[in-house]
Amino acid sequence: MTEPQAQQIKRKTIFGTERKEKDEPQGMDFLVTRSSRWVTVYLPLSIISFVLLFPFYWMTTTALKPNEELLDIQNSNPLLVHSPTLDHFYKLIFETDYPWWMWNTMLVAVCATVLSLVAAVMAAYAIQRIRFRGSRTVGGLIFLAYLVPPSILFIPLATIIFQYGLFDSPMALILSYPTILIPFCTWLLMGYFKSIPYELEECALMDGASRFQILVKIIIPLSVPGLISAGIFAFTLCWNEFIYALTFISTSSNKTVPVAVLSELVDGDVYHWGSLMAGALLGSLPVAILYSFFVDYYVSSMTGAVKE
Amino acid sequence: MAVTDTKAAAQSKGPQPGQSGDAMYLSLGARLANNKGWLGFWFMLPATAFLVAFLTYPLGLGIWLSLTDASIGRSGVFIGIENFVWLMDDDVFWLSVFNTMLYTVVASVFKFAIGLYLALLLNKHIPFKAFIRAIVLLPWIVPTVLSAIAFWWIYDAQFSVISWALSGMGLIDENINFLGDPWNARWATIFANIWRGVPFVAITLLAGLQTVSPSLYEAATIDGANRWQLFRYVTYPMLTPIIAVVMTFSVLFTFTDFQLIYALTRGGPVNATHLMATLSFQRAILGGNLGEGAAISTAMIPFLLSAILFSWFGLQRRKWQQGEGDD
Repeated sequence: MTEPQAQQIKRKTIFGTERKEKDEPQGMDFLVTRSSRWVTVYLPLSIISFVLLFPFYWMTTTALKPNEELLDIQNSNPLLVHSPTLDHFYKLIFETDYPWWMWNTMLVAVCATVLSLVAAVMAAYAIQRIRFRGSRTVGGLIFLAYLVPPSILFIPLATIIFQYGLFDSPMALILSYPTILIPFCTWLLMGYFKSIPYELEECALMDGASRFQILVKIIIPLSVPGLISAGIFAFTLCWNEFIYALTFISTSSNKTVPVAVLSELVDGDVYHWGSLMAGALLGSLPVAILYSFFVDYYVSSMTGAVKE
Repeated sequence: MAVTDTKAAAQSKGPQPGQSGDAMYLSLGARLANNKGWLGFWFMLPATAFLVAFLTYPLGLGIWLSLTDASIGRSGVFIGIENFVWLMDDDVFWLSVFNTMLYTVVASVFKFAIGLYLALLLNKHIPFKAFIRAIVLLPWIVPTVLSAIAFWWIYDAQFSVISWALSGMGLIDENINFLGDPWNARWATIFANIWRGVPFVAITLLAGLQTVSPSLYEAATIDGANRWQLFRYVTYPMLTPIIAVVMTFSVLFTFTDFQLIYALTRGGPVNATHLMATLSFQRAILGGNLGEGAAISTAMIPFLLSAILFSWFGLQRRKWQQGEGDD
């Protein structure tokens, strides 16, 4: 695919409503009859969608069921809610630290995302556009950094966090999450910056703009969609992060949603399934809503990244 | 005294810059502004600082810790490879290696197969495409632990909806003990992992499919290719590099998975679902033996390196395919 074509696709998906029929490979669909489409496309698609969605349905109904109904699986159909109640949500919000957990998660995710975006924009610009000596090597190293998983870093990081006196504070998470986010965002933004015409930058350089001015006044405004998708990914990765939050935070009110729901809502052997599910549901909502608006960004920026 | 003198001198010089000093300053500034290495250094500084302080250094420290007998609250002394020697005789460690392998291989194969199939389905012309894509992504974007809690409830020994449905259909007589029986627990966690991983594979491959030019399909159709041939000789070769990347990620993340196991079983029943990551957490953080935990983590590195090399060759192959020699 040629470069202008790719930009066209990107622009179309970015600015929304235009359909991109032209770019959808149709294969030999025109030869396929409607009834066989039911068997080859719609049926498998609905089975897969059902399996993918069922846990969410189950989560929702459980969160809405009163306790008696939850445990009475024999006499009624457990797939339906007979007398829905918001008790579990009420308990969660007013009788636990849930609002605090949400606030912590939000704070950590926003701070870590902003920090990472700043660092990643500068790094991606340097690698893609300044092309200093060794920039390709640095690009490769950043890619490798993405492949270093938190589950081999948490033990040494825990000792470092402890030494710096950051243990049990949100700062521990704000500073350690960028190691996951920066490689990812840099990689994504490198692909995005590549699609911005070099000529714009050359003109600005001729007019005497510094590299930093070019970055702030030309590159960043032009790559807002790329920044948004990088930001959403980063935010979601933070929201999803578990092992650092589990290891570095110990006070209940300092915990993030995933850790707190799992550790604080279970007392002893008693599982409050309704509250657990309500907590899981509320904790999933922010990222789910965020994504439902930006799913097209996701596919298009992924297209950019895999093409890179 | 000397300090204030130079300061005063600098200040007096400031408002009325000498001709030569100014020129020198400009040329130095201009030289640095045009020096790509210098510019690159400053632009890379924030990212590098983070990655060195919180990634490279801990990685090194982790390997060092694996060679010590450190525990919580006590920095250990160097004991060479003793931790690894102990692990060689540790049945639980070997069980966790086996579990990790089984978990990774089975889950990755299914994620790839279902993901590719789903991507091909979603790439077809269907109504409500954007909506269906959004739905399909849901399992991947929802925090793993929170969806694991849903699975926890689905797999509940007494109130499992699966047992309820199966017994309602008359297929089973008594409830299935999903998370209490070693093999059931393994399959249950693997299924949850596949459930979570399929959307990522599917959507990424879908993005890859959309970069395949329709003219290739037209050309192949005119040449008389059938459906299977279209897939085998057009789609698959164009997709190979992306498959290499996405499967490397998928294998890597499955191999180092922690959240799902921790939320569902915490390694139980009787260590049957311990992965290397959960075992190292248990030994290092809960058990306090940082050195031993670090050794288990370090033992994961060779596996990760081989996955990365695999990805590297996948990328090389893509560049070769696109005819880009050096960029």
